[in-house]
Amino acid sequence: MTDAATNTADLQANTDDDEFVPAGPGIEIKNLYKIFGPDPKKWIGAVKGGMGKEELNRKHGHVLGLTDISLSMPPGKITVIMGLSGSGKSTLIRHVNGLIDPTAGEIICDDADVCQMSVEELRNFRRARTAMVFQKFALLPHRTVLENTCYGLDIQGVPRATSEPVARRWIDRVGLKGFEDNYPSQLSGGMQQRVGLARALATDADILLMDEAFSALDPLIRLDMQAVLLELQEELQKTIVFITHDLDEALRLGDRIAILRDGRLEQVGSGQQIVQHPANDYVSAFVREVNRGRVLQAATVARPLPQDNLPDMQLPGKIVLEEAARRMIAAGASQALVVGARNKPRGVLNVSDVLTAMVQPTETNSSQPKGG
Amino acid sequence: MAATCWSLPDALCRFPALDNGTLREVRKTVDGGFRDLVRNYSDWIDAATAPLQVFLNTLERTFTSTPWLIVLIVLLVLVWASSRSMKIVGGTAIAMVLIGWMGLWEDTMVTLAMVSVCTILAVILGLPIGIIAARSDRMQRLVNPVLDVMQTLPSFVYLIPVVVIFGIGKVPGVIAVVIYAVPPMIRLTNLGIRMVDSEVLEAAEAFGSSPRQKLWNVQLPLALPALMTGVNQTIMMSLSMVVIASMVGVGGLGKNVLQAINNQFFTMGFLNGFALVAIAIVFDRASQAFGHRLQKHREVRHD
Repeated sequence: MTDAATNTADLQANTDDDEFVPAGPGIEIKNLYKIFGPDPKKWIGAVKGGMGKEELNRKHGHVLGLTDISLSMPPGKITVIMGLSGSGKSTLIRHVNGLIDPTAGEIICDDADVCQMSVEELRNFRRARTAMVFQKFALLPHRTVLENTCYGLDIQGVPRATSEPVARRWIDRVGLKGFEDNYPSQLSGGMQQRVGLARALATDADILLMDEAFSALDPLIRLDMQAVLLELQEELQKTIVFITHDLDEALRLGDRIAILRDGRLEQVGSGQQIVQHPANDYVSAFVREVNRGRVLQAATVARPLPQDNLPDMQLPGKIVLEEAARRMIAAGASQALVVGARNKPRGVLNVSDVLTAMVQPTETNSSQPKGG
Repeated sequence: MAATCWSLPDALCRFPALDNGTLREVRKTVDGGFRDLVRNYSDWIDAATAPLQVFLNTLERTFTSTPWLIVLIVLLVLVWASSRSMKIVGGTAIAMVLIGWMGLWEDTMVTLAMVSVCTILAVILGLPIGIIAARSDRMQRLVNPVLDVMQTLPSFVYLIPVVVIFGIGKVPGVIAVVIYAVPPMIRLTNLGIRMVDSEVLEAAEAFGSSPRQKLWNVQLPLALPALMTGVNQTIMMSLSMVVIASMVGVGGLGKNVLQAINNQFFTMGFLNGFALVAIAIVFDRASQAFGHRLQKHREVRHD
């Protein structure tokens, strides 16, 4: 499993060659273990030696939360950690800002290990570098929208005269203009999470942790919020860690997706890689339910460039197959040239390639993503 | 009696208690030692309680010697300031006028002074103790049994050492009332802070709050309903305790009630009792309305 993860990570590096990568810290998680129980240190050796979750729980009454997690989260990108409930995804995200201490392992951010920070250092790290958005919003009920948005800056000791204009700007950006003086209880769930987002953005932290931020919202509102997030990210280029149990959401948002199961990483890669080349049965069982036509991109399924006879029609590599098919049908073309950034030709797409890629591969077997 | 003893040996029949002589010795030694201790430190005790004594006397004099109209107006303004409700102000005016009309104005003023001081003291003591108990489980385990004793030990019992140490007067009265009134403040502060939504607390933590910022920005505001209930309970318990405190020399309505009990003055007892009830209702409504006003975010819901 870890082999597959490293392989696909290499693949990821190849496909992103012509994209702008902003400078920034990024987060590097190295060999992270978390055991819950009265005396975790006592069992870490046994777990590293291969003791399983079952045995640890049954014989020694400790719960194995995370096992040997190594994951690099590139700067300025959205890394989605996807897993079902109990997979340890919420535990993992809480390690990034030190809300949970690991039993073993490192979390490197800017050459500093978050796990080794003193209380004071950790507090300053949280104030200046990270912001968090919560599943159930976690707004302060006695504060208005404006005051809630100022919250992070209040804690940093920024006077209201300075923080209020900043907060107003972010409230405007998330589409809540006019609601500044309302209390959270007067707002709908989607609007409350917009406040949560504005609160997190107002501190100008470069790392944004989103713990199932949109899971409590209605499906349509969720799509709406995903669009808001992507639009903001286009401009802000923050290092975002996004937790979800929904693969569609992961594919829509994630530049990089890590699939977690029972505290282990099953696969890490771009959404394209995960849909095209699931590392194992567990991942392919998830992927089977995905609408491939709306996920796979033209560049992913394009054939290598031929020597000559380049087709006239051009398609951007980033568009999904459904859109590619629509445009090719409209143009009456059977072939199209797929171009990357700055119109660089990257491959050729046939209508039959599009169809083949959109149809589920038949050789998937019947293991279910549920259970475990 | 021995005849009903199922022909068992004596030791199984009557509980083998210490004999009367020994018990008497124990009592004499403890009481005597305690008295000597108090006598030796009496100057020190007097000096320590003198400021409180002066404060209580001054406050009582201020309440009783100010013309009633001014006191009434100040009281009504205070009730208005805390409740912003004409209904409560009107009720207060009617209650106070009726009390004055029945000739209980001065006694009521004495009781009001006493209850105000006791409530303020109980809140000042109870709030920090409750906060500390909420922060550490060990502290809670330490505080809880003490509170249990304070709440169940009959007040007459702890009046004895209070009187031995502080003598008769307002100071022992205040101490007895505060002992009785402070437990709900501590308990409800502790409970209120512990009930604060853990996700909101985690959010405070994630944004880098210090413990102090967490307390002031999150825990106290979110625990406010419990805190206001605590203040309210403290006021009610102070009012009910001033009657018992009158046995150690606290004046006011409580003293009248005590006299009425001793002499079986039915009407006098009820009039003074109802005066206490009236004050209690005024305090209750005003403090509840104040609490609601502090939580105005709870009243607005989206439609």
